Amino acid sequence: MSDTAQSRAVPALSLAVLLGVWAVAALLTRDPQLLPAPWQLAVPFWGELRSGDLLYHLGMTLWRVGCAFVLAMSIGVALGLVMGRSNAVDRWIDPWLVVFLNLPALVVIVLCYLWIGLTEVAAILAVSINKIPNVAIVLREGARALSPDLDSMARVYAMPRGARLRHVVLPQLAPFIAGAARSGVALIWKIVLVVEFLGRSSGVGFQIHMHFQLFDVGMVLVYALSFIAVMLVVEWRILQPWERHVRRWRAA
Amino acid sequence: MIEVSVEDKRFGAVSVLGQVAFTVAPGEVLAILGPSGVGKSTLLRIVAGVDEDYTGHVRGPARRAMVFQDPTLLPWRSALDNLRIVHPALGEAEALAMLDKVGLGDRGAAFPGQLSLGQQRRLSLARAFAGRPELLIMDEPFVSLDAATGEEMLALTERLIAETRPATLLVTHARAEAERLASRIMHLAGQPAVLRDGAGT
Repeated sequence: MSDTAQSRAVPALSLAVLLGVWAVAALLTRDPQLLPAPWQLAVPFWGELRSGDLLYHLGMTLWRVGCAFVLAMSIGVALGLVMGRSNAVDRWIDPWLVVFLNLPALVVIVLCYLWIGLTEVAAILAVSINKIPNVAIVLREGARALSPDLDSMARVYAMPRGARLRHVVLPQLAPFIAGAARSGVALIWKIVLVVEFLGRSSGVGFQIHMHFQLFDVGMVLVYALSFIAVMLVVEWRILQPWERHVRRWRAA
Repeated sequence: MIEVSVEDKRFGAVSVLGQVAFTVAPGEVLAILGPSGVGKSTLLRIVAGVDEDYTGHVRGPARRAMVFQDPTLLPWRSALDNLRIVHPALGEAEALAMLDKVGLGDRGAAFPGQLSLGQQRRLSLARAFAGRPELLIMDEPFVSLDAATGEEMLALTERLIAETRPATLLVTHARAEAERLASRIMHLAGQPAVLRDGAGT
């Protein structure tokens, strides 16, 4: 088997093994209420898809993930960049970062709902606050590693600020931004589900809450697995191609 | 015309540069010789306007260019973009003509990582001259090149200087380079370093 064929076949085989373990466990349990077999999810999945519920709730969750992601990345990147460039700012803000890093996600969510109310703003803000410190810390490392030589070059040739940011600074930060973005998406969608579970009336988290109260394991799995599938598509179709595009000069 | 007058430059408590004053007229090439670590690069950074933490003053034209020891290119942008991003006023045809002048006419689309070190150095020269600088600063531009490539770079630099006639400040520790390019040679030595006429002893 060639290397590329192997690199595609192994993940597929590995997922098939996981599916097999699930099927065996379901057969041994012999209680579809507790653990339905993979094929027993097909009917409820199809029902939710036809009624439009699945797409609506997936869409709501995806929209919240998108909003929180954009907010957390832009604030986190800006904060990390300033902290990496200025020791004074770093000394002042670093203790805050440590506090917010160690603040449990659940506490942030509950406080946002209590102070702002059970609103969309509170939900998205709570998710963003959970993610911003991680992004800032990764980007601070990136900003510290910026090349002083390129900085001098940009100054001698009096490059305007915008061009400097776009052509000199951001390309150097790209690997750090990509890393923060990929770990960020994974973290954010999990927190979005908790936020929906606790205080929203739409989204995958809300549906899981409802079916949890009805002890409907099958539907919980349908919603969870559907969203995992959506996030895999985001990873393969958006994040990985973007990363390859940004890195193309290294491969050339 | 550029007028440089540095009275004192310190790193912490250590005084690196003492009295260093000189002028360079348009079309003139002033070479500054001196051993490694004497403060040549520090002086260049002050003249280039990158380092503003010193006592004294530098008066000179706004259109400056610098050729660094390393090519200091943007590795994530093509050779052509490396010229056009730094000089936004430069048209594509002019940028291509500049690349052609340094022998990179057919490499416009290449990323710097795809060029040899000699080619990267030539691209860095093209970038410096593309802005038609009134002041050109060169920091050991031919260091770590093999003899043939070094000679090629020297000849190219000579041609470009003759064509654009900037006030040029060249720093090097190779006397042969200085004698070939410069109309005037000065020597930087001591601690803190001061400037003397002639190539020193």
